[in-house]
Amino acid sequence: MENITNAITLVPLNHYILLSSIIFFIGIIGVITRRNAIVVFMSIELMLNAVNLLLTAFSAYRGDAAGQVFVFFIMAVAAAEVAVGLAIIVMIYRNNNSIDIDLLNKLKN
Amino acid sequence: MTSIIIIAITAIVVLYLGLYKVKGALLPVSVLGLLGAEASLVCGWDKNISYFNEMLVFNNYAIAFSILLIATTILIFLMSGNYFEKISSNVAEYYTILLFALTGGITMVSFQNMTMLFIGIEILSVSMYIMAGIKKNDTSSNEAALKYFLMGSFATGILLFGIALIYGATGSFNLTEIAGKASEQPFLFYTGVIFMLIAMTFKVGAAPFHFWTPDVYQGAPTLVTSYMSTVVKTAGFAAFLRLFGSAFSSVPPIWTVTIAAMVVITLLIGNITAAFQQNVKRMLAYSSISHAGYMLIAILLLGQASPNAILIYSVAYSIASVASFGVIVAVKEHKGSDDLSAFNGLGRTNPVLAFVMTVALCSLGGIPLTAGFFGKFYIFGVAIAANYTWLIAIAVLMAAVGIYYYFKVIIAMYLRDSESGESIQLNGSYQFVLIFCVLVTILLGIAPSLITNIL
Repeated sequence: MENITNAITLVPLNHYILLSSIIFFIGIIGVITRRNAIVVFMSIELMLNAVNLLLTAFSAYRGDAAGQVFVFFIMAVAAAEVAVGLAIIVMIYRNNNSIDIDLLNKLKN
Repeated sequence: MTSIIIIAITAIVVLYLGLYKVKGALLPVSVLGLLGAEASLVCGWDKNISYFNEMLVFNNYAIAFSILLIATTILIFLMSGNYFEKISSNVAEYYTILLFALTGGITMVSFQNMTMLFIGIEILSVSMYIMAGIKKNDTSSNEAALKYFLMGSFATGILLFGIALIYGATGSFNLTEIAGKASEQPFLFYTGVIFMLIAMTFKVGAAPFHFWTPDVYQGAPTLVTSYMSTVVKTAGFAAFLRLFGSAFSSVPPIWTVTIAAMVVITLLIGNITAAFQQNVKRMLAYSSISHAGYMLIAILLLGQASPNAILIYSVAYSIASVASFGVIVAVKEHKGSDDLSAFNGLGRTNPVLAFVMTVALCSLGGIPLTAGFFGKFYIFGVAIAANYTWLIAIAVLMAAVGIYYYFKVIIAMYLRDSESGESIQLNGSYQFVLIFCVLVTILLGIAPSLITNIL
């Protein structure tokens, strides 16, 4: 465990922040531009994983386990969210035979 | 904490009752459990108990909001009658999910650690994604569920990124420690604050992150909408205030302009768009955006009076919303539509329902002698104390626009003629909830001192 923490701190902290920010914004762009519900969903997962990476890096640099524990919380909750989200997407597919989110425009004035 | 445990156990018991097909016991058991939770909260008043290494702190602020959340849930449960039976034969699940959502809400109002904020928001949101989509074969319910889910988890991602940056800047998830170390790494910290601000406005549905609200509120089953616009919104604002009031209280000069702009946009968009709606449910969805704008004023001008102002506003708004959505459910079941024209002549065919709706809408609009007036009064009082006269001017103007569109419904009810003259029959507990809401609204409008000095 010591070795892993040391290995993480070999790379400067700013690099981790930059990398996570880039992954996070790739996720945001995916959510905004893609039209397939599954791909949008994958982009959201990408955002969450960027956060996990960032938390782990901060945690290793500070020598504080709280950040890594938070990562476990995120993973567990994200799994629950995936279960509900995929169920909703399957429900949509059964009714529409498509998961294109542009088809979802029935609720308008 | 005891209240969270009681509600969680009640939820599981209800699930088992559903398994053994004891349909008659579902509602009484849920309501009894909720009353037990209320009692345990009242016992903890003034005790300031903290749990799990200060992750949850039940101070008076948390207890007051928890009591409000549970009371609102009880009212909505009492109205549910056989509402869920018409959707599916497995009713127990719906009570269970709403009860679990409530535990999330209570976690949100009592957190002292970012972990609990995240978990509370997620328990509440994931439950509401399911509830928005419980009409499996109804395309608008499906659409509402998917939109709510995608937007909600997107906001969660942003929230988490903010939490991670703040952790990086301060090395802690605890609100008091964060407040103490705010100035160590200002860049990371302020970026994190902005991300969290965006995520929280997303969750409470304030502009410019409100676009999911009308669609989700309209598409979800009406009873679920009433839950969203009361419990979810109150919990969101209580968490918002708790977060910004204790952890980020040193930041105001930086965010003031941003939140002030948000308040103005939210008030304008919410009220002006609501004035053009022909569907009453959608109109109330836009009006809930505008109420988010009023409540944001208290967060913009953080101070001693903010918690009380938010509490009074939430009480008035929750009770009036429960009553107005209750009337919409009744009208929709009877006439098959919740457009404005469905309310024509309601004053002649159903004087009681029309009266309940009138009082509820007056309270939402902030007419004197109703609780809503004092809600707005205390919010504006916060702004006047901070010399924000221009903001008050906009807010009062928008409240006038609000009164215009609320009165459109009242005029339809009393001055237009309906095609059918049948009256709507309601069961006992439904009538009880509606009358109770009206009485509380008028009582608080006459004697606001009952709740103004709680916090």
